[in-house]
Amino acid sequence: MCGIVGLFLKKDALRPKLGDMLTDMLITMTDRGPDSAGIAIYGDEHGKLKITVQSDTPDTDFAGLEGALAAAVGAPVTIRVVDTHAVLTLPLDTEAAALAFLEDRKLRVMGVGESMEIFKEVGLPKDVAERFGLRAMGGSHGIGHTRMATESAVTTLGAHPFSTASDQCLVHNGSLSNHNDMRRKLAKKGIYTKTENDTEVGAAYISSRIAEGATLGQALEGTLKDLDGFFTFVTGTKNGFGVVRDPIACKPAVMAETEDYVAFASEYRAFADLPGIEGARVWEPEPATVYFWER
Amino acid sequence: MATTELREVNTTLQSAAKAQVNEPYVIVNPRGSHAMACGLDGPLNVTVKGSTGYYTAGMNKEASITVEGSAGPGVAENMMSGVVTILGDASQYAGATGHGGLLNIKGNASSRCGISMKGIDIVVHGNIGHMSAFMAQRGNLVVLGDAGDALGDSLYEARLFVRGTVKSLGADCVEKEMRAEHIEILKELLERAGADAKPEEFKRYGSARTLYNFHIDNAASY
Amino acid sequence: MDKTPQTLPRQSWTFSNETNSEIRRAAATGIYDIRGGGAKRRVPHFDDLLFLGASISRYPLEGYRERCDTSVTLGTRFAKKPIELKIPITIAGMSFGSLSANAKEALGRGASAAGTSTTTGDGGMTNEERGHSTQLVYQYLPSRYGMNPDDLRRADAIEVVVGQGAKPGGGGMLLGQKITQRVADMRSLPVGIDQRSACRHPDWTGPDDLEIKILELREITGWEKPIYIKIGGARPYYDTALAVKAGADVVVLDGMQGGTAATQDVFIEHVGQPTLACIRPAVQALQDLGMHRKVQLIVSGGIRNGADVAKALALGADAVSIGTAALIALGDNDPKWESEYQKLGSTTGAYDDWHEGRDPAGITTQDPELMKRLDPIAAGRRLRNYLNVMTLECQTIARACGKSHVHNLEPEDLCALTMEAAAMARVPLAGTDWYPGKPGF
Repeated sequence: MCGIVGLFLKKDALRPKLGDMLTDMLITMTDRGPDSAGIAIYGDEHGKLKITVQSDTPDTDFAGLEGALAAAVGAPVTIRVVDTHAVLTLPLDTEAAALAFLEDRKLRVMGVGESMEIFKEVGLPKDVAERFGLRAMGGSHGIGHTRMATESAVTTLGAHPFSTASDQCLVHNGSLSNHNDMRRKLAKKGIYTKTENDTEVGAAYISSRIAEGATLGQALEGTLKDLDGFFTFVTGTKNGFGVVRDPIACKPAVMAETEDYVAFASEYRAFADLPGIEGARVWEPEPATVYFWER
Repeated sequence: MATTELREVNTTLQSAAKAQVNEPYVIVNPRGSHAMACGLDGPLNVTVKGSTGYYTAGMNKEASITVEGSAGPGVAENMMSGVVTILGDASQYAGATGHGGLLNIKGNASSRCGISMKGIDIVVHGNIGHMSAFMAQRGNLVVLGDAGDALGDSLYEARLFVRGTVKSLGADCVEKEMRAEHIEILKELLERAGADAKPEEFKRYGSARTLYNFHIDNAASY
Repeated sequence: MDKTPQTLPRQSWTFSNETNSEIRRAAATGIYDIRGGGAKRRVPHFDDLLFLGASISRYPLEGYRERCDTSVTLGTRFAKKPIELKIPITIAGMSFGSLSANAKEALGRGASAAGTSTTTGDGGMTNEERGHSTQLVYQYLPSRYGMNPDDLRRADAIEVVVGQGAKPGGGGMLLGQKITQRVADMRSLPVGIDQRSACRHPDWTGPDDLEIKILELREITGWEKPIYIKIGGARPYYDTALAVKAGADVVVLDGMQGGTAATQDVFIEHVGQPTLACIRPAVQALQDLGMHRKVQLIVSGGIRNGADVAKALALGADAVSIGTAALIALGDNDPKWESEYQKLGSTTGAYDDWHEGRDPAGITTQDPELMKRLDPIAAGRRLRNYLNVMTLECQTIARACGKSHVHNLEPEDLCALTMEAAAMARVPLAGTDWYPGKPGF
């Protein structure tokens, strides 16, 4: 049960302002989700791999991390520490070795990708945004989430977005009713989730379908058949984002489009400060219909 | 609303409505706020310059409220009387459980428009979404555009008038003959709503009343 | 010549006569069995708990001399006008429609005389019950029958009903016999039809939307009235936590023994958790959020006497609510109507076809002749007496445990007679310091 925001920029000139705009949208959704907040931000690609990791004891865990990781993968590594998170940048072909090393060190991997970075923590959205300096972050598109936890724990790992594949992430408003069974089905295929959270199962379902050869569109279509319950999903990819609501479509969703951007939110309130919103086309996504915005 | 708290806005409007002064009020910068101008109990003209959040004009009595923008979920929910006008679109549950008055939506309305309505009149100049008029009990829902899936599911005695297409009818909702009395009702409603349409262009839908008392052959519709 | 010995005819435990009669009924009618009341099966209950009392290590209060308060304030979190009750026992929501106007009036009279509140139901507020109830809680239900802002403002508190213990997650169907002209008018329905009730509210879904709905209700009523959220005993930990997060002043938690006017028997008997099992998780949620005693918890579903009240309070509730017990106090299922119950194919104590509107006691009916059988003044007096007895009983127990206020009863004042009750109430099995699931064992 939550608030969702998303912003996809059509014009490069706005890129430096992405974090600023998303932060305002995120804070407006505080009432819908005061427990935790998170954001996935898609920046420029450099042909490198970015791994976002989290630690509750960043001072000790991140000290000397880049050197140790570089030695483990046999390639240069740079590190950018942001509060409890660190973004590690390294060559693309080192992914498997790097993830094994990080798992060994018991660091929590928030997300992996060429362009995606994920930051999420427990707390009010405004505090979370401040800790990570979200306002200063630029990029092409981003997705944010504020969480009111229903059945799973209020923890960093329980916060959204959930990422279960490279450059893919998912946020969710609603409550799935068959996630335990789906979790078992995915586990039989060797796909294991890290939390008790229903949304992570949704994310894992989508990435497993894509790994099996489905397009993102087909995977999102599949959620309508294979996932039961109430959901508005927004999924981020390297090139854009997709939106789908369950066939009953009780959980709110509103979209706005101008020449400059496409915006998504749980409520119109989140759009109030967007430039040119007065002239924007504003509408609600239809139930059981998949939408995409890609560059 | 950029500088005034919601409680202050509503207290001012509610006292003015109660005092029957009937002065015009204008709210600027609504910023999608919830529960705006709700619970008014008396004649008052309120104009909101911009888009609103959930439950705008909720439980309205007698007041005339105009939103010069779009309205969020549950606009004019449980309205008793008065007129609520939305110049833009309305989100889901518009006019839910309304007992009376007129809800005039110039744009489109989303899903569940007029759900469980109990006597309100709703005119939508554009289209309406799925499950509209679900369990609608009384009143009139007029749609100049098209209706989505499952229109009028489990309908009671509300009248539904649609000019465009209906994607599908819900359980126990059927097309009905448009008689002179219905043309009359519709004509009056279209006039009040300032709608540029002729009553003869509409089709009427209502309850087949097969679910009114349980019968074994209808079990699949429950 | 001796006959070959024969075994006695043996009835099947699985296919009992009762089960077989239901199979035959289903085969003949094609519709599930609808009835009133709550779960009839035996489930672990307050009877499986005992109070320890005081002796040398603790000192009891003198029964007829030393004070033992029973007052309770509901709605201290946000409401400008919290509800002050003299006793921690309220009357649960029961609709005009399912109950006769006389029965509603009697509930109002009895509750007011005892210093407590009564509650409307699915069908709106009547002048009779408003007039005779000094404290009236107005239910806000999915159907919104008869919902209007004037009644909202003349209520003393608003109870947003999300679910009830007899049917968490369910709506209902009230058969046409009880939809008389007055009931139909209040509900904007045609006379005599089967009324189908929705299971979800028409204009919100989930705690994030509920928070906004509560804001609207507060704005319409000037932030004066306590907002209760009533939940059925399904997932009490999460539901209590979410009600608090959405802004509730009071959480009403109804276990599976809680009654209903008309619901599928399969729902009543097979969905939801026993009241005893619901309390500790709900209290845990309140404690985890630092809201225990700040957001008040009212527990209902199978409360019958002062011992039940004391046990519910000891487990962490602030008050209890009674429905079925109040109807029995008014005269429901009274042996004096036995011959009439038999004509209806039932017997005293088992009559539960409340939806049919033929109640010989004149309580769950809209039939004008049957209604006359219930004198609202006399029935109200019986309810007052009963509430007073429950309160005295609860005080007696509290004093014996050395408490000057019934709210000072604690789980540690209890022991359990069965493993099941020990596990559900998280209270040690009698004679031990252990309960199933206790950490450290």
